Amino acid sequence: MKIHLTSVFVDDQAKALHFYTEILGFVKKHDVPVGDEDRWLTVVSPEDPAGTELLLEPAKHPAARTYRDALVQDGIPLVQFAVDDVNGEYERLNGLGVRFIQEPLAMGPVTTAVFDDTCGNLIQIATQPQ
Amino acid sequence: MADDLFKALADPTRRTILDELTEKSGQTLFEICSRLSMKHQLAISRQGVSQHLAVLEAAGLVETRREGRYKFHDLNTAPLRQIAERWLVTDTTGPEKSTP
Repeated sequence: MKIHLTSVFVDDQAKALHFYTEILGFVKKHDVPVGDEDRWLTVVSPEDPAGTELLLEPAKHPAARTYRDALVQDGIPLVQFAVDDVNGEYERLNGLGVRFIQEPLAMGPVTTAVFDDTCGNLIQIATQPQ
Repeated sequence: MADDLFKALADPTRRTILDELTEKSGQTLFEICSRLSMKHQLAISRQGVSQHLAVLEAAGLVETRREGRYKFHDLNTAPLRQIAERWLVTDTTGPEKSTP
């Protein structure tokens, strides 16, 4: 068994696609209409196109807002992405106007930072020693 | 107020939280929890950390602020002055100066 796909609820799929591809640098993998204006919309890392897909799922379920708002208020990230250099990525994303709510913080061997994905979620990036 | 202050300072975990807020004011609950577990190997539940923060807040040492959808915790050292002023010797020629 392996993790093939995971998802984040997003306020607006078009806006999310822009943020996850143009800002973060992922690439679109699947984009299939699934009724109304909803899409089965996934992105992958350009470093691993056959790897785990991230589904940008419309946050239409009534429980989604409550759940996401509670996490954001306590600063809890929904997912974690691995990066080679948290500090460099922090500088790059900060320059693109991304709002960080936790600046890079070294915690033993791991360095993490947390930012707002502008679609309703907090995302953690982390650099771990290989 | 003074009792709240001494009670808040009497706990080593709460002093560690204050140390971390001294390093950087304006932290989310998640960041404080991360620092306690990863930097200090303090395995405390999020609820436990929330309770410690509530004690610090009651003593006026921590203030919370909402910024849009986020909630940050800031350090306020003003109450500590009460401790210094309570026993401060105003006469500077006193025993404080006679340290060898």
